[in-house]
Amino acid sequence: MALPSYAGPLERAWYYAFRVICGLVFFFLMMPILIIIPLSFNAEPYFSFTSGMLAFEAEAYSLRWYLDILTNGMVAPDEPFGRAWLADMWTNSQWVRALRNSFFIGICATALATGLGTLAALGLARAEMPYRTAVMSLLISPMIVPLVITAAGMFFFYSAIDLAQTHLGVILAHAALGTPFVIITVTATLVGFDKTLMRAGASLGAPPRTVFFKIVLPLILPGVISGALFAFITSFDEVVAVLFLAGPEQRTIPRQMWSGIREQISPTILAVATLLVFVSIALLTTIELLRRRSERLRGTAG
Amino acid sequence: MATTTLAPATAAASDARDGRGEALRAADGTPLKRKLERTTRLSRLRAFLLVVPLLAFVVVSFLVPVGTLLWRGVSSPTFATHMPRTTAVLAEWDGRAVPGEAAFAALAADLVDARESRDIGKVATRVNRELSGTRSLFTRSARRAERIDEGPFRAAIIDIDEDWGELELWRAMKVASWSVTPAFYLQALDLQVEADGAIARLPEERQLHVSLFWRTLWMSGLITFLCLLLGFPVAYLLANLPLKYSNLLMIFVLLPFWTSLLVRTTSWIALLQSQGVLNDVFVALGLAADDRRLQLIYNQAGTIIAMTHILLPFMILPLYSVMKTIPPSYLRAARSLGADQVTAFRRVYLPQTVPGIGAGSLLVFILAVGYYITPALVGGQSGQLISNIIAFHMESTLNWNLAAALGGILLVGVVLLYWTYNRLIGIDNIKLG
Repeated sequence: MALPSYAGPLERAWYYAFRVICGLVFFFLMMPILIIIPLSFNAEPYFSFTSGMLAFEAEAYSLRWYLDILTNGMVAPDEPFGRAWLADMWTNSQWVRALRNSFFIGICATALATGLGTLAALGLARAEMPYRTAVMSLLISPMIVPLVITAAGMFFFYSAIDLAQTHLGVILAHAALGTPFVIITVTATLVGFDKTLMRAGASLGAPPRTVFFKIVLPLILPGVISGALFAFITSFDEVVAVLFLAGPEQRTIPRQMWSGIREQISPTILAVATLLVFVSIALLTTIELLRRRSERLRGTAG
Repeated sequence: MATTTLAPATAAASDARDGRGEALRAADGTPLKRKLERTTRLSRLRAFLLVVPLLAFVVVSFLVPVGTLLWRGVSSPTFATHMPRTTAVLAEWDGRAVPGEAAFAALAADLVDARESRDIGKVATRVNRELSGTRSLFTRSARRAERIDEGPFRAAIIDIDEDWGELELWRAMKVASWSVTPAFYLQALDLQVEADGAIARLPEERQLHVSLFWRTLWMSGLITFLCLLLGFPVAYLLANLPLKYSNLLMIFVLLPFWTSLLVRTTSWIALLQSQGVLNDVFVALGLAADDRRLQLIYNQAGTIIAMTHILLPFMILPLYSVMKTIPPSYLRAARSLGADQVTAFRRVYLPQTVPGIGAGSLLVFILAVGYYITPALVGGQSGQLISNIIAFHMESTLNWNLAAALGGILLVGVVLLYWTYNRLIGIDNIKLG
């Protein structure tokens, strides 16, 4: 959208004004995420830049909040670093425990959501699927229904069947919330899937299982993996269901951040947030690479 | 698969029937039509079987819980279970005057039983929800009702507390005694049901839900509008730049999209609080006095700013995917036919973006209406939405029935919006990233 040579002064002015507006919106989008990175190295327990930080004095910056992530909750954080210290951190540090819970719950929920979701997407992508729209709307609905409603309902129901305050309960809840993402990404991949490949495989004597594992799965794998990443991030970032369903044993990272923000606000939260920003950068990169690969496989890339 | 391969054969079969009056047969002798039907049915079944595991999982882990919630909104078995005799008497009572001896006898017996089974507290809480200030009346009276050995019960109970002679209390008990009741849904709409079945507005000081529903609606509307305002130019830019630039700039949209909700909310707290970065900048620039810093957070402004930021990618992405399909030659054609820039944009470009505007706006609005985390953390008192009051009733007042009823009303609204989305945009067109 280069500026045409016949543009008048008004058009020229608007052209640049428009770019400035867009620049401001991009600034609005990115600034809050980037600003917490320097703030997390604050030597003082403030949420703002100190004058020392602005003058780039070395002593105004510190890694104390990152250390605090590891030591907060430990029995003896001042012991010399060693085996005992590490064991203490692994079992007692609040954030480390939360991180372990987050990963455990996230991975289990992702496996469940991805397995069931991919299978269902394969069915939904078939033209002969009966009641396709209705079933699809139903399966997508966990993404649409407000989380408070879902979480409250799950609290009532899971309490009645003794699943509240268990890891299994949280995993089931997160899997249900993650499946819509798997369905959306995998069906999107299947739209461009050439069905004659399956027939070619079958006509060459491959049983349906071989056709699926040797032909279908490798081709839709990028979609499946990005669906899985979506499901994982959904679980990894979910806090409402955890608030309602989880006990102290199931505290996840977002749950820990939630109480950190509500109760004792400290820049440790900012340090955790910075680490999470890097997690999302890694995830975004993976998704982007997968998308490109999938486009290349389907030959749709320009 | 089978359908497509056999489709030409069907046409041939019907041709044959028309021509020779005899059905075409498959190799094993069955009429081809029936064989095709069976194959189609089988492949439909096969497709459905692939979906069944997930469908069963979603029904059990999601739909049944939501159904439980809806049921909670109308179900109130506490009083009827623990005060069975009184419930039976109240069912007959017309609610015009304080009932007679039989009702008081039933009440005395029930109070004693409920105290013995330690359920009197639950009963008291239930009636207290209909008529506040009656909680202690029940617990106190139950203790003393044990000493009443024989009638007349009416005089004896009124002797314990003369509130028992109030018509209002009996009416509240009658409402509490319905095990399936509209009371909670009505309360969620700031209404109340009276013993004779009439529906009336709650007194002014107890009306808080309807205004909160309205606030949720207008704030979600405003957030949607702001997202559209900010998202439209960016989506236009991304759709019209050469791919190598737009892919790069897309990261600016996708990174916030992928960043944890709590991280983004935290950074807005760091930015907006009165000792935060933004206020520091304002003070340094002389835009605000150091002792009169702007209150940007823990109020409506905080909720609106943070939620606009969080939901903006949900507006940009659908807008972008629609704008990407609009050929730039249309605008050039309009210009070459003499339209000025504004007219060309308004008459040619804008109408083509309507599907994107609709998809983005509906999505943002649906998500905003049910938002909980961000308003809870940055909304203060005035920035709370309906989800927050649901959570409040779930966690603090423990009035789960009312929480369920409020949730039920919110759910109906969201389902209607979702249905509209399905009709207008189609469920297949939700795109991620």
